[in-house]
Amino acid sequence: MSKKTFKKSEGTSLVSIIGDEDTVTGFLLTGIGEKNIKGETNFLYVNSLFLETDPKLIEATFQNFLKHPNIAVILVTQFVAENYLRHIINQYDAILPTILEIPSKEYPYEAKKDTIIQRAHRLLYGTDIQ
Amino acid sequence: MAEQVVPSRMNLALYKAKIISAKKGHELLKKKCDALKTKFRIVMVALLENKKFMGDEAQEALLLIAKAQYAAGEFHQNVKDAVKRATIRLEISSENIAGVMLPEVNIREVDDSDSSMSQIGLARGGQSIQRCRDKFKDLLMLLVKIASYQTSFVSLDQVIKVTNRRVNALEYVVIPRFTATMNYIDMELDEMSKEDFFRLKKVLDNKRKIIEKQNQETAKRQLEVEDMNWQERESYDMLAEEQPDEDVFF
Repeated sequence: MSKKTFKKSEGTSLVSIIGDEDTVTGFLLTGIGEKNIKGETNFLYVNSLFLETDPKLIEATFQNFLKHPNIAVILVTQFVAENYLRHIINQYDAILPTILEIPSKEYPYEAKKDTIIQRAHRLLYGTDIQ
Repeated sequence: MAEQVVPSRMNLALYKAKIISAKKGHELLKKKCDALKTKFRIVMVALLENKKFMGDEAQEALLLIAKAQYAAGEFHQNVKDAVKRATIRLEISSENIAGVMLPEVNIREVDDSDSSMSQIGLARGGQSIQRCRDKFKDLLMLLVKIASYQTSFVSLDQVIKVTNRRVNALEYVVIPRFTATMNYIDMELDEMSKEDFFRLKKVLDNKRKIIEKQNQETAKRQLEVEDMNWQERESYDMLAEEQPDEDVFF
């Protein structure tokens, strides 16, 4: 068996999200957001209308999400993943939490930038995604 | 190549048993690998298809949020402030494929009708926000499904790699090594039995020689004895000859 295991959970795990304002707001509307007593949240707005987010903050938040025991899925818009987090995502090899790249408002989803999808496509069809 | 073992019947039997079990293990692992690969293929196809689907779904959802904004004005901040506890949570269960636990992620909705999230847009644009929420919920369902496939993909990928490595190690390293050891023991035992046979032959040869020698000696002695007897007789005869002949009467 592989050494990397995962912990079962009975409906306590969270979805976290890092992305642009519209996307994050949309997902928050469904009720995935969580704020604890310390005011830590499981979501992060990147580059809202007026202020640009510090890349270090994005990275730190992302790392926190990765370490968080209750987070099972991390949604990252591809724009953010491409610009700030690609090096972390490429090295990441644990099973949970899963990093999922999603489209954002301004930038459509490009499958060829998603390393996991790229790998699956290559294994299945033997070619890269055009 | 072959490790140092004492060539004995017992070790031979031991290595024979080892080879048999290694072959059985190899067979089983190969079967497991095949089963995993079948599942892997299914997961990959599903993952790719759902990802393709995701693009369109997300576009629709984002369009709806733009509409909601048009109807209800800026509500980002309201949404952000309304976050308290998550009403949508995930459940991680596991699926067993050929002895490998694969994580399966499912949505579990905590019903929370009076959450502050449902009160957004109470003033205006409530309907469009509601529509937007529903759409995003659909998208979220899809994304969770994709996440489930993706975790399966990643873990299967790792497990298949490990299993493949084991199958190859058994096939190309362990079994040949055992076979070489067994051959070595076999050869050595053969050599030993040959040596034993030769030694026995030699011993028999020696014994035969000794017996022959003894036989020869006894024969010689017998001859000597006979010789002596004869000589004795001769001497007797000679003595007898020396006796004066009796007168012969006709």
